[in-house]
Amino acid sequence: MPDGGTMVIEKKSGIYLCEGCGIADAIDVDALEALATGDLKTPHCKRHAAYCSAEGVAEIAADVKNGDVNQVLIAACSPRVMTDRFNFPGAQIIRANMREQVIWSHPPGEEDTNMLAADQLRIAVAQAGQFSPPEPHAEAEVAGALLLVVGGGVTGLTAALEAAHTGAEVILVEKTDTLGGWTRKWSRLLPERPPYRDPQPNDIADLIAAVEGDKAITVMTNTLVTSTAGGPGAFDVTLTQNGKNQSQSVGAIVVATGWRPYDPSLLEGLGYGASPDVVSDIEFEEILSSGEMKRKSNGDALNTVAFIISGDSDRMPYSSGLSDRIVIKQALQLLEAVPEAMIYVMHEDLRAHGMAEEFYRQAQEAGIIFQNGVVKSVGADLTITLEDRLIGEDVPMSGFDMVVLSTGMVPNSTNVDLEPAAKGADQLVDDVNPLAALLAAAKAGDGEEKAEEAPAPDTSEEADQDGANGEAAMPGGPILNLQYRQGPHLPVLANGYADSHFICFPYETRRTGIYTCGPVRRAMSVAEARQDAQGAVLKAFQAMRAADKAVSVHPRVGDLSYPEFGLDICTKCRRCTVECPFGAIDEMEDGYPVLNPTRCRRCGTCMGACPVRTINFKNYNISMITDMIKAVDVPDEFAEKPRILVFACENDAYPALDMAGINRHQLTPYVRILPVRCLGSVSATWVSTALESGYDGIMLLGCKSGDDYQCHFVKGSAIAQERMESVGATLESMMLEKERVRTEEVSIADSARVTALLNDYADEIKAIGYNPFKGF
Amino acid sequence: MTDGAPKSQTIAVVGGGIAGITAALEAAEMGYDVVLLEKGPSLGGRVTRLNRYFPKLCHPTCGLEINYQRIKKNPRIKLMTMSEVQGVTGVRGDYLLTVRKTPRFVNANCTACGACAQAAETEIDNSFNYGMDKVKVAYLPHEHAFPMRYIISPEVIGTPEADKIKESCKYNAVELDQQEETFDLNAGAIIWATGWRPYDASKLDVYGYDSSPDIITNVEMERLAAHDGPTDGKIIRPSDGEPAKRVAMIQCAGSRDVNHLPYCSMICCLASLKHAAYVREQYPDAEVDIYYIDIRAHDKMSSFYERVRNDPGINFIKSKPGHIVVGEDGRPLVCGEQIIEREIYQRPYDLVVLATGMEPSRAPGADQPVDVEQDEHGFLIPAVGNDGGQFSAGVAGGPFDVALSTQSATAAALKAIQAVRAG
Repeated sequence: MPDGGTMVIEKKSGIYLCEGCGIADAIDVDALEALATGDLKTPHCKRHAAYCSAEGVAEIAADVKNGDVNQVLIAACSPRVMTDRFNFPGAQIIRANMREQVIWSHPPGEEDTNMLAADQLRIAVAQAGQFSPPEPHAEAEVAGALLLVVGGGVTGLTAALEAAHTGAEVILVEKTDTLGGWTRKWSRLLPERPPYRDPQPNDIADLIAAVEGDKAITVMTNTLVTSTAGGPGAFDVTLTQNGKNQSQSVGAIVVATGWRPYDPSLLEGLGYGASPDVVSDIEFEEILSSGEMKRKSNGDALNTVAFIISGDSDRMPYSSGLSDRIVIKQALQLLEAVPEAMIYVMHEDLRAHGMAEEFYRQAQEAGIIFQNGVVKSVGADLTITLEDRLIGEDVPMSGFDMVVLSTGMVPNSTNVDLEPAAKGADQLVDDVNPLAALLAAAKAGDGEEKAEEAPAPDTSEEADQDGANGEAAMPGGPILNLQYRQGPHLPVLANGYADSHFICFPYETRRTGIYTCGPVRRAMSVAEARQDAQGAVLKAFQAMRAADKAVSVHPRVGDLSYPEFGLDICTKCRRCTVECPFGAIDEMEDGYPVLNPTRCRRCGTCMGACPVRTINFKNYNISMITDMIKAVDVPDEFAEKPRILVFACENDAYPALDMAGINRHQLTPYVRILPVRCLGSVSATWVSTALESGYDGIMLLGCKSGDDYQCHFVKGSAIAQERMESVGATLESMMLEKERVRTEEVSIADSARVTALLNDYADEIKAIGYNPFKGF
Repeated sequence: MTDGAPKSQTIAVVGGGIAGITAALEAAEMGYDVVLLEKGPSLGGRVTRLNRYFPKLCHPTCGLEINYQRIKKNPRIKLMTMSEVQGVTGVRGDYLLTVRKTPRFVNANCTACGACAQAAETEIDNSFNYGMDKVKVAYLPHEHAFPMRYIISPEVIGTPEADKIKESCKYNAVELDQQEETFDLNAGAIIWATGWRPYDASKLDVYGYDSSPDIITNVEMERLAAHDGPTDGKIIRPSDGEPAKRVAMIQCAGSRDVNHLPYCSMICCLASLKHAAYVREQYPDAEVDIYYIDIRAHDKMSSFYERVRNDPGINFIKSKPGHIVVGEDGRPLVCGEQIIEREIYQRPYDLVVLATGMEPSRAPGADQPVDVEQDEHGFLIPAVGNDGGQFSAGVAGGPFDVALSTQSATAAALKAIQAVRAG
């Protein structure tokens, strides 16, 4: 794996100093040129009034074409801009940010500004020294466009059909003996089309027929996925049908396992179980389907019926608002069947979003009585006590023939048939709690601070359990039975929804190549689930394509780099396998880590985790950042110029710093900023390197952690915080103030705040005094 | 399926907001050529003008930054700003789009150095901030603009100031003689991601939007709270700049109203919960009243609703105010009858926020080039079984939140790929 067949090409660096956008007015470019050709030993150094101009680009392109340079170091604007211009095939591009983070955020002409500019150039040269062009990982065996769809309800059926229409072969597995899922049970569906006023016919039979008639789709009923190994491009799945196992290699997986009804007996005090005439909405749908509009207790006609939408907050995420629309549908259907019926809907907030307002209006116009209030109780005689919010008191209401309780959709993110959950999925916790696993690993293993001495292989039981951490908290069996180091479940968010960055990137899954859609992701209607299936299918195709090309999927789309593991010095400490946010690293039988490259998202969390620094990317590695840290010319104490090293997440913190420059916010001259892929990739050894190199303070800038995490690699800040806490302990043992290392969460919109944060930190560091190791 | 192979494998995406960006990227990352057409000077549409998203209270620029990086890396996406589709002819697999490109007066040489803005003197309303402040006549649309390129407003063209602006540019980026042009382009499929606009609050005459600067809309509230907005994120009374500590949110300002927007706009309840959170975060002693009919916290948003509801500084008042007037002290007075308490109220506020709804950017009309079924409001009906070559993404297809927009955009990308894929 490492270095196999790599051609070593001699590095020929060229430095291109841009003078545009006021750079030459603000800093001493002559001095930079002298630095480049002198100390930095790069005789090929040119300057131009504007390298992004056609002539500037042509100059660089000619040098690349002539073979004069194969590493282009451009000291100009931020690496976030002009990427289309500064793109020279055949050459590696290194950017030194002289504009946004130097001249736009520091006063022109000053010594400090020139020192910063010189350091930016030194850092770029150091980066170039350890930068190799990434090469694709060894070709994985790719299964071709074969997609596994798990779940034969409306979402899964749609996914299968859409995938087939896009050119894939599909295996559709369904654990029961019939297709159609819950949708089959609906007598009619919610309106999807103007005028949005009437329940519409259920066309699930047509969809089932289309799937069954499609030659590209193999339907397997009575089938469970009993094992899933491998990765995108070539998942090895075991499908168990009627006790018989079948192995199959599939390119990607769409999980459409749907939902199950919220248990109505959990709606305390609402009479479920006390009378056969208190039914759930699911049971009422059966009554509608049967056409027999009768009381369950005595067969009398349904003349007066109450629907109750409870605002019970435990149930809320499952009831969504979809349940309210279902109540409207059922009330309208009941009225159609029994035109003289008196129908009440008791609710708090009536949630009929968007065009469903017309549906609500239809129900009101049809004479259905909507009563605003909180239902306190339902008696065995169907007496309802309503806290009527209009008159402000409890009102007993009686004479009902039936009470229908609106429930909600609990996501099937686990296979409940294997071990029924006592309560709704609200018992589910974030299954593979990354921090819990991390803490267990930290407790079991050596602290990061001892990274210099390789920790002994850790085989304690505690460590053995950390991968399984949280498994016990997941009721029911796993759906895919992932044969991953981090356990068999798909990670879920609060309330058991199998989802991640559900606002911006609804399919940014935490298990690469596996995409959830439909009500397993959030409560949704049939129409919404069909659309969701289409989205998930597209992402599945992308994952197969990326595997085929050996590149990453979202968010580092197209990234060819991947972590390489130097197993010769690996101590089998397992931190990389535990911390990988995407479950990309497994353990071999002998305890060594093994990367599943097509699962990898290239965040570098494994690199940051490794205490012996043996996990590295060709173009992003421990030595590279170490050299960049050391490249900075740290003045001695007598110069009275402290130095603060900043590791800035390139997704949010680094752009925020650029925008601080765009807004001309003035930044302390003492900071030196290094962009990192994710704070999760920051190695504790970089911190010790920085302290040894005489930096006075180190700040890590990452994204928000916690339940509403914003990290695109899930837990970068959280991991960094953990690692730095152990670093803090080491600092104290070295008689160094723990304030010298700090982790902060910032957002991309924090351009003003991040400036203040760094300026304040500089003041604080000055107050603490200089790093006593400076100069040693 | 189609008769023969599609003539063009290119997918045209119309509209560069979150839905258009998502659709364009998802298709391009499947290896298809995409033309992304945006009528404004930069991408991001409505979301880039939001301060934060509900329910996570995270910043839209975070996701946009990732998306812009994806666009920069993907040569298959051809981005055309200042470009609006005028007409479409053809069929699935073979469309011809007529595009009108309005002049930016700044070409691709622009380095975004900002010298032109320094040279400019005239100020115009800043449309990014809904006219709540001014920008120079040569300006960067906003700090996170992509492409990061200045624009010169047509007002200044033909004046000596324009010449001064041109002279200030060292990179020959200013082209004062740019003319509007019309060109054609081929595509095999079209994704309409034309988005929405806020319902015109001036039409709600009982709410006095035009009578006081302290009666604003929800989209203006986003700018007021945004760090790059007209007040650097300080929530103040626009009339005098004093902190806005007594704030009213008026739900369904136009929505759920047969005289205005008969439908529910879906996002306004959550947006107002978020706005209440902004105010409370900024001023611990502030009090916010939310006047509502029903709080419609859809999907997973109910926990966010719970969180806001548990804040003692935020009151939920079930009432649709009858009217809003300016009181004797100049403060807006919200007047109406409280449904539950049966109480007539008349309360003064520092700031009143009208939770106006969404209507489609493209008004319903006969001269639409769009060949997708529409409802009476002009929303495109996102039919699952659509087997044509035109699809809707995002709010063009109905009042959606961002999560639903990105979901529908990804689905639209798949349908467009099905329309253009050969064989």
